[in-house]
Amino acid sequence: MSEVLDGYEQWLKGAWLTLQLTVYGSGVALVLALVFGLAGTSRHAWIRVLNRVYVEFFRGTATLVLLFWFFYALPLVGIRLNSTMFAAVLALGLNIGAYGAEVVRGSIKAVPRAQYEATIALNFTPLQRMRRVLLPQGFALMLPPFGNLLIELMKGTAIVSLVGLTDLTTVSKNLQSSTGETVASFSLVLVIYFVIAQILQLFVRFAEARVDRMLGRRPSREPELGTLAAGAPGAGVAS
Amino acid sequence: MEWDWSYTGDIIPDLLRGLRYTVIATLLGYLIAVVLGLVWALLRRTPNVVVRQVVRWVTEFIRCTPLIPQLFFAFYVLPTWGLTFGKLTVGVLMLGIHYSTYMAEVYRAGIADVPRGQWEAAKALNLPRTRVWLDVVLPQAVRKVIPTLGNYLIAMFKDSPLLLAIGVPELLTSARSVGARTFEYLEPMTMVGVLFIVVSVISSILLRRLERHYATN
Repeated sequence: MSEVLDGYEQWLKGAWLTLQLTVYGSGVALVLALVFGLAGTSRHAWIRVLNRVYVEFFRGTATLVLLFWFFYALPLVGIRLNSTMFAAVLALGLNIGAYGAEVVRGSIKAVPRAQYEATIALNFTPLQRMRRVLLPQGFALMLPPFGNLLIELMKGTAIVSLVGLTDLTTVSKNLQSSTGETVASFSLVLVIYFVIAQILQLFVRFAEARVDRMLGRRPSREPELGTLAAGAPGAGVAS
Repeated sequence: MEWDWSYTGDIIPDLLRGLRYTVIATLLGYLIAVVLGLVWALLRRTPNVVVRQVVRWVTEFIRCTPLIPQLFFAFYVLPTWGLTFGKLTVGVLMLGIHYSTYMAEVYRAGIADVPRGQWEAAKALNLPRTRVWLDVVLPQAVRKVIPTLGNYLIAMFKDSPLLLAIGVPELLTSARSVGARTFEYLEPMTMVGVLFIVVSVISSILLRRLERHYATN
């Protein structure tokens, strides 16, 4: 065990890379989710088609397959992504973003219809309607599934160990082969991932409580079928 | 670089052999997950507080940690305890166990969704505990969660390439080894992507049909 702990500098570096991938990946995913999710609520059919194509395509591919494709195939057609890191962030972001887009679309749709009608009666512009009424209320619905997706993304970062980046998983593998402490190194890496996930969950709970307070609502902690994974791990919202 | 159709044709048999492993791993893993998930969910309803909390944290732990280090753990640690399995067996087991923790949450929500009146009626009729569960609660709960459970089949299919980490010869592994042999990665990798999308989209269409079939409201 002590030999494994002696490699703490490597562990820290690995954890830092895992965190970086999680943060950048979720940034990309959030932007894509908002853009394509809002596109899915558009009145124009051709904008909605954009949403469908993006969601079906990237929900249908496995992140690892996408990453391998970026890594092995893209350079052959002349497109070189600057770094493996960038390819990984892009693959994770595109994939989780597709689940996120469904969450955004579902949440906006789940805002009571009377709210939408009220904005029309008050002669709001479409932008005002979205920014002042639909998004703030939809956001409260989005947060719990977004929290699940964040954990999924964090777990997804482990795939970079298969294309040669030194994240937590790679570190555990390296230490296992250099020290021979199989049980210790693989147990420790799982515990570190678990701690990171719990911290991320705390953040999400905190954000949920804030948003609920902002809207004057009381949060409910019971799991509901509608908010559980309607599509895949962590995605989906009552619709 | 040009897309080479005759090369694409040559590698198809290799890829299909890989796809067979992918499908086997997914289906067997799914079977484990569906059964084990229900076991977790039922254990979380036992009157024993210790069992409930242990199951809760164990499933939470498995759900919150990535599959790849879990695979490493099972693949490298189990033999030191005297348990030696093949690569595919370890892969199927871990895939199943990992997803069973998701399924447990789904079953739990389904059970919580059974109206209170049903429990009260069962109690009023003085049904024994096993009959309450087998004849009243579970039939209603399971029916409700079938579409959600189906979605996890697709999710597991898409996570099966992770078995590459311990060297199961599944679809992505075979594409990579074909590529390594010929130094032509474009066709095998693209074909893998296409195969994944085709299978996922077809199965999600089938699932939506199933969902409509089981829709209760």
